[in-house]
Amino acid sequence: MAMTIHCDIVSAEEEIFSGRVTMISATGSLGELGIMPGHAPLLTGIRPGPVRLKMDDGEEEVFFASGGFLEVQPGVVTILADTAARAEDLDEAAAVEAQQAAEKMLQDHTGEVEFSAVAAQLAEAMAQQRTLAELKTRRR
Amino acid sequence: MAVGKEIKNKIGSVENTQKITSAMQMVAASKMRRTQERMRHGRPYAEKIRQVIGHLANSNPEYKHTYMTEREVKRVGYLVVSSDRGLCGGLNVNLFRMLLKEIGETHANGLETDLGLLGNKAESFFRSVGGNILSSVRDVGENPVLADLVGGIKVMLDAFEQGKIDKLFIISNEFVNTMTQQPVIRQLLPLDAEPDDSYKHRWDYLYEPDAKELVEQLVTRFIESQVYQAVVENTACEQAAKMIAMKNATENAEKIIDELTLIYNNARQAAITQEIAEIVSGAAAV
Repeated sequence: MAMTIHCDIVSAEEEIFSGRVTMISATGSLGELGIMPGHAPLLTGIRPGPVRLKMDDGEEEVFFASGGFLEVQPGVVTILADTAARAEDLDEAAAVEAQQAAEKMLQDHTGEVEFSAVAAQLAEAMAQQRTLAELKTRRR
Repeated sequence: MAVGKEIKNKIGSVENTQKITSAMQMVAASKMRRTQERMRHGRPYAEKIRQVIGHLANSNPEYKHTYMTEREVKRVGYLVVSSDRGLCGGLNVNLFRMLLKEIGETHANGLETDLGLLGNKAESFFRSVGGNILSSVRDVGENPVLADLVGGIKVMLDAFEQGKIDKLFIISNEFVNTMTQQPVIRQLLPLDAEPDDSYKHRWDYLYEPDAKELVEQLVTRFIESQVYQAVVENTACEQAAKMIAMKNATENAEKIIDELTLIYNNARQAAITQEIAEIVSGAAAV
């Protein structure tokens, strides 16, 4: 049996996942992270993007997190996501629509204040699509 | 028949009151379900972030946030979470009573207190009782939004950062079950860590990108989530307490109606008996 580590994913709305995994990969604020059992204590922000969990039986689960924090402790990894969802629950059409709306707003761009908010929206929509694309390739 | 007109009126008015209370009971019952659901959904996040903060406070961080440093206590701040409306039994009163006792003890120790209030009831109560109010957020509503609360929270956090208060507590109702709600006081600042013996050695996190920035974000997030969770839990408590209070009121109204009906019937019976007696004795006299 492979080494496992306990992983909890919670979002502000609900608990998304809790269980033992062999590897976690997520998008940290400084780039892609891969975390395996025995990782040093780590505290990092995460960017919108897919979070992939590799289970004990080799199965892989994909979640979407839209920013938040990731904490690694010797026995447990906690992901505090602002919003998170099982990738299966993501709606591709909605993500594309959100991206287009954000791009359009960027082009019209109405003042400095909104700019960063719209840019964040855009990043999130793109990250959602990235998660979905990944999910598709894996299924094939 | 003129007998018992007043009693009849009285019964009518109690019946009307009963209609209102039973309607309010049903409204509260349906709101309770929604508020409880929201409370349940928020709980895991609030718990996990508290654990993470606990770990952080137990470590030997390269950057120590102001919120993490204990200092000599001269003033204590209380963030009071109350409901917007009344008619919810002893919910707010129990909370205020506990807080007043706590404040009394703090004063007895020679410390000053400041208050940050959330919800209309707290404001009206402490306006009449007195107390040094730093901030007050009115109309939290049944669907609390963090954006509305942030102002009130920030005032207290700023006071802490500027050294005006040296400790910050949050007092709110804890939802035990539909019948029971309990006021609890928890320390928000400085972040108190549960002592953890599992790692005795000095350790610290790896931070990405930067300890200061990250810890600041995390701590702010933590406070916000704790206060938000407290407010959400309090609304669930409010609806549950309101439902129970209105249920009792409806039952009491039923009891009063029964009693009044009995009195009314007695009076009516007595009047009829008297009338018959009068007629009979009148007939006998003829």
